[in-house]
Amino acid sequence: MHTDMDDKMLELEEEFAFLEDWEDRYRYVIEMGKAMTPIAAEKKTDANKIQGCVSQVWLLFNQDSKGKYHFQADSDAHIVRGLIAVLLRLVDTKTAEDICNMDIISFFHRIGLSDNLSAQRANGLRAMIARIHQICSCETLKP
Amino acid sequence: MSASFLQVPASFDPYALRSEFPILTRKINDRPLVYLDNAASAQKPECVISAMAETMEASYANVHRGLHTLANEVTERFEGARKTVAKFLNAASEQEIILTSGTTGAINLLAAGLGQGLQAGDEIILSVMEHHSNIVPWHFLRQQKGVVLRFVPVTDAGELDMEVYGDLFSAKTRLVALSHMSNVLGTVTNAKKIVEIAHSHDVPVLLDGSQAAVHLPINVQELDVDFYAITGHKLYGPTGIGALYGKLERLQSLPPWQGGGEMVQSVSMDNISYADPPHRFEAGTPPIIEAAGFDAALKWLMSLDREALGEHEQMLLRHVETGLQEFDDLTILGRASDKAAVCTFNIDGMHAHDVAQLLDKYGVAVRAGTHCAEPLMRRFDISSTCRVSFAAYNTIEEAEIFLSSLARVREFLQ
Repeated sequence: MHTDMDDKMLELEEEFAFLEDWEDRYRYVIEMGKAMTPIAAEKKTDANKIQGCVSQVWLLFNQDSKGKYHFQADSDAHIVRGLIAVLLRLVDTKTAEDICNMDIISFFHRIGLSDNLSAQRANGLRAMIARIHQICSCETLKP
Repeated sequence: MSASFLQVPASFDPYALRSEFPILTRKINDRPLVYLDNAASAQKPECVISAMAETMEASYANVHRGLHTLANEVTERFEGARKTVAKFLNAASEQEIILTSGTTGAINLLAAGLGQGLQAGDEIILSVMEHHSNIVPWHFLRQQKGVVLRFVPVTDAGELDMEVYGDLFSAKTRLVALSHMSNVLGTVTNAKKIVEIAHSHDVPVLLDGSQAAVHLPINVQELDVDFYAITGHKLYGPTGIGALYGKLERLQSLPPWQGGGEMVQSVSMDNISYADPPHRFEAGTPPIIEAAGFDAALKWLMSLDREALGEHEQMLLRHVETGLQEFDDLTILGRASDKAAVCTFNIDGMHAHDVAQLLDKYGVAVRAGTHCAEPLMRRFDISSTCRVSFAAYNTIEEAEIFLSSLARVREFLQ
């Protein structure tokens, strides 16, 4: 089942459609980051850290009995933390199949945050998406 | 080269000079570009761009071995670049100038060559403020040969602790490799004293001049330094080229690094003899086009009144540092008494990447990160910083735009 336009994605797109300029969008992203539950210090281990980000990014996950993934993430940078909050709203409580079928990159372009995708090394968003795809084994799910 | 400078060589006018840099007309996010990431890489004047294009358009062939007109022309141009570097550093002869891929290439060349004569337990003196390019090549020797690396500490003000430096020497010290100017702190190190102390122990000195050569006139003979490394792209020239200066007697006893064409005297099935310096260290086809650009860049820089340029950069630095003091939650890293053109800072509770990313929205380009100086970051117990760095074409108005943009970014992130 192709879920390119799932409910969460539409919901977020509607929210961002109200934000007119970059300042509003970034303020909103940063607020979303601040509202996200932080990861406890003792869980911010190297093993939970995502490689490939200059700012520090940590990601925890588990899979429930229905096969749905639950993520928790954190960063020491406000913008990255906010971008992660957006990302987690998309992928949290979804199955691997749902997550792998989402075109997350296009979504970030559509909501006007595409400049965070180009600076691959400086900013953790792409590395974060790659890690989530890896967790969900998206490569093997592809037809 | 700009005609205006030939007419008024003693003055320094950054506004006139800006017109020589095509990229400075760019808009970033609908705002004029304010480029303050010069310590990472400087923008290029028209004369550099055209020297490179002209080489490809009118005078291109391989260098050194050809007997035809183009080969002769381009060889002359390439060797002319070497002469220009020699003049720029005031080397005794162009034989002392090895053209490399940059400072990193220069230091790797030296480490590989010197390393062949080193043994386990031999010591090299570095400092905590070094760029990774002056640390990692020496780590190779630590791993391969058991060479011991000793580090000069950095004071709270961001200066080398010269007392400890003097105490680090032992009978096993084989080299001192220190920065002439910190890419993070802006500290200009006391090169003369560094060399004097090392020579009193019969130890040769390499200075990493990546930053210093951009802001200070360099005179290797007066410094009496044994090796000096520079890179073209920070000196308003192209990427992919730089130079290692070495005293001739030092280079004559230095074994080659990479093997290939151009660097040999004769090769047989079971024997080889190497060319004299500098060609011994330049295996393969060199960066010919980049050399033409490097040549033009150094000539351009030497055509400026460098004392006036230095004063201009100091004025920008003071203006920004004074402006930054208005922010009570901001810390400037590096308060050396001798400091040039670089200002690194952090704002409490704000990540350097957030600050840099938002400044970009206002058209202001700054650096954020560890600046390839992780030991220094650890010394000051920070994970990353923001850095602004100035060049000849920066203006007081740009410094103002930076300060007012930073004020907005700060509000944004609070």
